[in-house]
Formats: sequence, C-alpha cells, structure tokens
Amino acid sequence: MSAHADHAAGHHGPPIANRSSRIEATVLGMFLFIASEAMLFGAFFTAYFFVRVVNPDAPGWPLEPFHLPVFVAGVNTAILVTSSFTMHWALQSIKRGNRVGLQAGLVLTFLMGLAFLITQMLEYARIGFNPSDGAFGTIFFGLTGLHGAHVFIGLTLLAVATIRAFRGHFTPEHHHGVEIPGIYWHFVDVMWIVVYATIYLI
Amino acid sequence: MAQNPFRSEAEAYRFLLLTIGFFALVVAAAALNTWLGVGVFVLLTALVGWRWLGSRTQEPMLRTSVAHHGEEDERRILVIANETVGGSELLDVLRRRAEGVQEHVLVVCPALNSVVRHWASDDDGARAAAQQRLEISLAQLARDGVDARGQVGDGDPLQAMEDALRTFGPDEIVISTHPPGRSNWLERNVVGQARERFDVPITHVVVDLER
Repeated sequence: MSAHADHAAGHHGPPIANRSSRIEATVLGMFLFIASEAMLFGAFFTAYFFVRVVNPDAPGWPLEPFHLPVFVAGVNTAILVTSSFTMHWALQSIKRGNRVGLQAGLVLTFLMGLAFLITQMLEYARIGFNPSDGAFGTIFFGLTGLHGAHVFIGLTLLAVATIRAFRGHFTPEHHHGVEIPGIYWHFVDVMWIVVYATIYLI
Repeated sequence: MAQNPFRSEAEAYRFLLLTIGFFALVVAAAALNTWLGVGVFVLLTALVGWRWLGSRTQEPMLRTSVAHHGEEDERRILVIANETVGGSELLDVLRRRAEGVQEHVLVVCPALNSVVRHWASDDDGARAAAQQRLEISLAQLARDGVDARGQVGDGDPLQAMEDALRTFGPDEIVISTHPPGRSNWLERNVVGQARERFDVPITHVVVDLER
C-alpha cells in the first residue's frame, strides 16, 4: 500500500499549468479575442453615436457638407459578404477532401477581400473630406479604418492559408489553418455589416 | 455557459447570415420611419435574447460516463472531499469498498477559492492550501492501509469531478461533505447535481468532524 500526492515535487522549471476541462484553451482564446474586439469596436461605435446624439436637430445624417458613397459602399459590402460564402465553400471543400475547391475558395476569398480594401482606399481618396474635418470625419475614418486594418490582417492570414493550400497542406481531418482564418474572416464581415448599416444606411 | 458563435467556422458563418438578416430588417424599417427602425431593432434584439435564454434552459443535460479503466478485478474510486477527507466515516466506506478487490483510490481536493480571487486568476493560495490538506489526508489514508493517490482539483467540485472522471475513469465516486447545515456543498446541492451530470454510481458520505 502506498500513498502519494501528484504534485510538482522535484519538478524543475516553471510550475505545471493547471488545466481544467471546463473550457478548451483554443476556445477560451477565441472567446477572449472576440470579447476584446467587440469592446474595441464598441468604443468607436460609442463615439459615433455620441456625435449623432449631440446633434439631435440635424435634418439628415450625415450632416452637411458630408456625403457618403452609399451605392459604392453597398457594392463593396456585397463583395465582402460574397467572400464569406467562398470562405465557407473552401472549408467545406477541404472537409470533403476536395483540394481544388479549397484552393479556388481561398483564392476567390483573398481576391474579393483585396478588392474590398482597394475600393475602400479609392473611396477614401475621393470622398471629399479627411479625418481632421470635424468629429464626423474623424469617427468615419476611425471606424472604417479600424475595420480596414482588420481586413488587412485577415488578408494576411488568408494569404498564408492559400499558399499552404497550394503546397499541399491541410487534410479533411486537419484543417485548423483554414478554419481559424475563416472564423476571423466571418467576424470581419459581421463587423462590416454593422459598420455599413450604422454609418451608411441608418 | 453561453455558446460562442465563433468557436467553429460553420457557427461563425451561421452567425454572419443571421447578422445580415437582422440588419436588413432594421435598415428596411428605418428607411420607412426612423422610430419604426428603432422599434424593429428593439424587437429583434429582444427576440434574439429570448431565444438565446430559451436555448440555454432547454439544452438537454448530457451525462458524462466513463468506461472501466484497468484490470477486471480492479476497482477505481474517486473521492471528492475537502476538509472532511480524513474523517472516520469516509475511511470506513473506503475500507468496505476495498474488500476483495484491488482498489485504486484517487482523492481530489478542490482548490476552493473566493469569487474575486477566481476571476483574478489568483488561485495559488487556494491550491497550496488544498495541497496541504491533501497531503495530510493521504498520509492518514496510508496509515489506514488504503492505496490512495491524490491531486488538487478545480475550485468547482463538479468540475473537479469531471476533470478526474476523464483522466482516472472511476467505477464509483464518493463525495464527502460536512453534515447538513454546515456543508456549503450540500447547500449548493453538489451531490444532486453530480448524480444528474455523471453516469457513475455516487455515494455521499457525511463526516462530522465535531463528534
């Protein structure tokens, strides 16, 4: 008969991390990431709505002389939303072992993301106001620019996934390298829908 | 726990479609009338909240079960106890369970912590205290001839059980508590919840340390 405790007696180096099955580390990481991103965008939306609330007598929104290219941004929104569909298709393809579908889906997603970003830059160049033109200008460029930065990060992740897909990585069982960028990409799309509906439409 | 819609690509994709539908309705209503847009927004948000809360309460309880680990004549007993781990009542139960079989006992002491310290991830003190209680108890079990090993578990006793269930694979769980009225675990119905949650025989032992 023996009795002993499973502890770190004689263990060298940093203490062994306590791991509970309550939540997986990857899921917890995603939780914390999404929470931090929601707070970040939330801060910008708060500033935006503050600007609107302090102008209750505005006849229309945005105030004169600001004009937003609603149609062009709408087309851009359609491009970004479509890129989510192709991203989903890419992941479904690799889950079924269809490598061509994976590659095509990733390439299309990347190209549409790039088209969105280029269109947004062109929109910035031609919109007729800049970040220093009052509170609205600042928050418009701040919010859409923050989202644009997220699109850029997403494109970087997609580029890595695409290169890996063409180099023969990923299998129906192991495709974390596609799934995680896919989750991020959908998050970026969700945020854009909120940004577009709030700033351009409502 | 709330379901994170971003835990898989498929769920994130569904969330995106719902977001599109949500904002399409709000924008369409707002185009007709601003206050109608606000009303639709409030209504849809309330609907989403109601569905979310409803789905949480209607989720069927999945009972955690484990396959028998080890040899045929081996009996694995998981003991969940905190201050009562050295009680005579618990030792009696363990001795009876060990008769005629090759027993393996795993004692888990949950690292009980305050809520504030838990959220601040400050559990070093709680784990050290639990470790100390565990070592004293294991020494006592060894003196009584019970083959036991131990580990410090999660601060939530149910979670500590589930963690040990997956790694140890017990045939039986023994939960040791103070008598009713003095037991925080009984107050929280830990034993009842464990019986609902785990598909493993559970024995509840009351240890009165004041006798």
